[in-house]
Amino acid sequence: MNLNETTVTKDFHLEEPLAPKQTRLEEFWLLFGQNRLAIMGLLIFILFFCCAIAGLFLTSGSKPIFDPSLIRLEEKLRPPFSKPNLDLLEPNQVPTLNFYLMGTDDLGRDVFARMLQGAWVSLTVGFVAVGISVLIGIFMGGIAGYFGQHYIKIDHILWTLFLVSGTGLVLLDVTLSGAALLLLCLAYIVYVVLTRHRSRKKAHSSWRAMLHTNAVSVDTLIMRIVDIMLCFPSFFLILTVVAILPASIYNIMIVIGLTSWMGTTRFVRAEFLSLREQDFVAAAKALGIGNFRIIFRHMMPNAVAPVLVSATIGIASAILTEAGLSFLGFGVPPPNATWGNILSGGKNFIFDAPWLTFIPGITILIVVLSFNLFGEGLRDALNPKLRERH
Amino acid sequence: MLSFIGRSFVQKIITLFFVSIVSFLIIHLAPGKPSQVDPMNPKFTPEVVERFRKEFHLDKPLYVQYVYFYQDLFTGKTVSWKDNQSVLKKIWERFLNSLPLFIVGTLLTWTLSFPVGIRSAIFRKGIFDRTATFLSYLLISIPGFFFAYVLIIFVVTRFHVPVIGMVTFGIGDASIPYILMDRIWHMLLPSVLVATGGIAVLSRYVRSQMLEVEGQDYIRTARAKGLPPEQVHYKHALRNALLPFVTMFGLILPGLIGGSVIIESIFSWPGMGRMAYEAILARDYPIILTVNFVSAVLVLAGTFISDLLYLIVDPRIRL
Amino acid sequence: MADDNRLISVQGLKVYFRSGHACARAVDGVSFEVRKKETVCIVGESGCGKTVSALSILGLVTTPPGEIIDGRIVFAGQNLLELSEKEMQKIRGNHIAMVFQEPLTSLNPVFTIGDQISEAVRIHKKIGAESLREKCIRLLKDVGIPAPEQRLEDYPHQLSGGQRQRVMIAMALACDPDLIIADEPTTALDVTVQAQILELFGAIQKKQSMSILYITHDLGVVAAIADRVYVMYAGMIAEQGNTEQIFRNARHPYTQGLLASLPSLSKRGKRLYSIPGSVPNPAYKPAGCPFHPRCPHKAPSCSTEYPKMCDYGQGHLARCPILFQDKGHHT
Repeated sequence: MNLNETTVTKDFHLEEPLAPKQTRLEEFWLLFGQNRLAIMGLLIFILFFCCAIAGLFLTSGSKPIFDPSLIRLEEKLRPPFSKPNLDLLEPNQVPTLNFYLMGTDDLGRDVFARMLQGAWVSLTVGFVAVGISVLIGIFMGGIAGYFGQHYIKIDHILWTLFLVSGTGLVLLDVTLSGAALLLLCLAYIVYVVLTRHRSRKKAHSSWRAMLHTNAVSVDTLIMRIVDIMLCFPSFFLILTVVAILPASIYNIMIVIGLTSWMGTTRFVRAEFLSLREQDFVAAAKALGIGNFRIIFRHMMPNAVAPVLVSATIGIASAILTEAGLSFLGFGVPPPNATWGNILSGGKNFIFDAPWLTFIPGITILIVVLSFNLFGEGLRDALNPKLRERH
Repeated sequence: MLSFIGRSFVQKIITLFFVSIVSFLIIHLAPGKPSQVDPMNPKFTPEVVERFRKEFHLDKPLYVQYVYFYQDLFTGKTVSWKDNQSVLKKIWERFLNSLPLFIVGTLLTWTLSFPVGIRSAIFRKGIFDRTATFLSYLLISIPGFFFAYVLIIFVVTRFHVPVIGMVTFGIGDASIPYILMDRIWHMLLPSVLVATGGIAVLSRYVRSQMLEVEGQDYIRTARAKGLPPEQVHYKHALRNALLPFVTMFGLILPGLIGGSVIIESIFSWPGMGRMAYEAILARDYPIILTVNFVSAVLVLAGTFISDLLYLIVDPRIRL
Repeated sequence: MADDNRLISVQGLKVYFRSGHACARAVDGVSFEVRKKETVCIVGESGCGKTVSALSILGLVTTPPGEIIDGRIVFAGQNLLELSEKEMQKIRGNHIAMVFQEPLTSLNPVFTIGDQISEAVRIHKKIGAESLREKCIRLLKDVGIPAPEQRLEDYPHQLSGGQRQRVMIAMALACDPDLIIADEPTTALDVTVQAQILELFGAIQKKQSMSILYITHDLGVVAAIADRVYVMYAGMIAEQGNTEQIFRNARHPYTQGLLASLPSLSKRGKRLYSIPGSVPNPAYKPAGCPFHPRCPHKAPSCSTEYPKMCDYGQGHLARCPILFQDKGHHT
């Protein structure tokens, strides 16, 4: 019978003109290319990327090509494209381009150099913060979506509690009781691991049975954590934490990242929940493929599109948040420049030196806009359901 | 139905409890101390610092401080560390200042974004849709503080009216219409700024909801019945597209207190956001914690209300 | 077949869908007609253009991407394709009604059954509220829904799939239309429910003397209800005739293939025949006869010339000159 089937297909030559084969990437590019705004966004994004990297090299080091912190009090508030007054300046104070491309600020610092320096700050804040939030989001969402139906038992909660409070006490210099708690907890874990095989066969004594009661499912736990995080007014929370922590660019990145992972978690979870029900996952399970291979090889590629989109748009909002923090005077300590604090410094001269407000403002606008447009373009091109609608 | 409400309520209370713990820990475990009890502060002698520490219960272990704090909060006795005024009274005053901004902003948001979004969806790919889409991207992307300055420059140079603060300083004995106009001018820019982001996001959301619904089979059924387009769009499509927005009515509650730190500081508007900002600067823990707690309550109340509204509006959900 | 007996006739209809560079010729020169009090079936595999043909009768093809390129749809002496949107609204639901495939999604979830049935009547007929209610109840009774008075206040999600389809049919019947287009109304239903719905269609037609254009991919359904049959393949009518002619005396290789692939008791234990290959992508149809790559009788001319309709008499036509020649040689 099988033989018969193969001969049938072999004898049969399809002469019909087939639709040209398209890989997913080609199809994506075709769709993406139709969206002119998204293409523009991508181009600006690449340009911004290059500027930021160039900015890092041109403005750092002991003798930078563009010095963003060189103060020329004689040359303050010069408009863009103005020539420096060479009589008043010492040779090492003359700007690299021989004129002030974007003018100078109230201390006579070259705004162009400061903008270049700020570009790198914006880029790293955007990428690192979103990187952190996406990693946490995928991790939590993946666990909630895939292992959600598993239950956490009371003893898990107890030893986590012991572990955390023990570590906390040790960190707070209450070494003795902290170490005692930690030891107790470790002993319990060792005990559990050692008795694992026997306990399955034996009937539980009542207190052990209580310890093994299901307390809460993994999914519930993670989603409640998300709910708790969503209760904080995000900008206010970021502001509080950044104000309390020592001023540093890394703190800002970490704080923004730690307070913005909830959205990613939610839809990775939703995506995983729906993917888990689908036949190809059932088929993979039926073939005896392990959990982690299913997650990373079969489910992740399907969930990656929405994550990519939200990450792109997340970068935009992280840049905006950082600019807002710098504007309020938190964040990167002076004299380092960010777009937010250039604007913040310029607001006092808004009528005399509008370029100090407009140059950083419009730059932020364009960069954020490009990320948003690019992200939306990605969404349209990656989401086959939306394709039919537009 | 009742059991759903009960369960949901209990869940919200538990969440609130954890929120209170987390916010308390964040504030107290972070390095840095409020200026009144900072040993490095030259203004105070060690004795004064010690007195402050006693007064604020800072000499007690953390969990005792936690109990003290929330005990005070629920009995209304919490006072600001900075000026010893009652925190709840302070917040209430500032809240009344923020309220008009919030109301005008919300009204602007909801009345503008619906027509724009619906029209974009019905005439999709048309000139109106393209313009609205691009404008909303622009509004989402523009940093609020920059937009504020652009608007300030525009209004001040064009109309020569003062816009900073809630009223013009020393306006005291002017005529009533004049004072009214003055208030309106002062309120206009901040509330427009509060609304811009909302309009952009909400109109996009309305549009995509409408598009989604317009693609459904029952819209084709409605057209096949011979209904005129207005009835197809505004009766059959809109009713379905509106469902998720009814729930969003609950979610605007948190906006009451979140306010906008940045916009209120730019316009020197003595509202909630600005108070929170000042409290953060002064490390006035009671105010920070209370604002956090109240806003968490509002978020939870908002989601609770939106769940209830969904129950009422969607005939498919019957518990 | 007298001309005045003709209710609707579709002539040379071409509907293309454009997306990007590709242009899918979903319906490519289709002609068919429905006479008064007649049940006509259009049969074909999914994607052959049968739904699009039906939608274009009511002017419901979404443009863009769809576009009616050519053709005439004559109904009651006027070309429907030339009517304005306003005039079409008067036809839809009133003179021509449609029953869709998915009763699950074709009813609006937020309105009650009563609302949705009475809506069309309110639009097209002047009728008071009380008699409107009575009419709705009668309609629901007609389509076999028990306790119609209570059902009026129900929402679609409270009904079963079969009941929803009955409601859809009641909606279609609401204005006593001359023609009901039923687009695979039983595909989404269980077999037993399917039989009930088919029976209902038969009963309605007897009672109300209207015409039914029934679209399906199921030859079993066709045998059960059709007076005449059109077999569609890749946007063209492959064969047409009355049920007897199609089932006993198929003259197009595609129809023959379809019939041969029907399982039946007499073929028990043998391998089922299946037409080799698959339906061509409507954007990249083969030149000449669109069926030729799958055809067991293909001749060299098939890949170059678009096949002509060959008349076998008594309204039986098939678009295959090769078999027609064969027949000519033999007799």
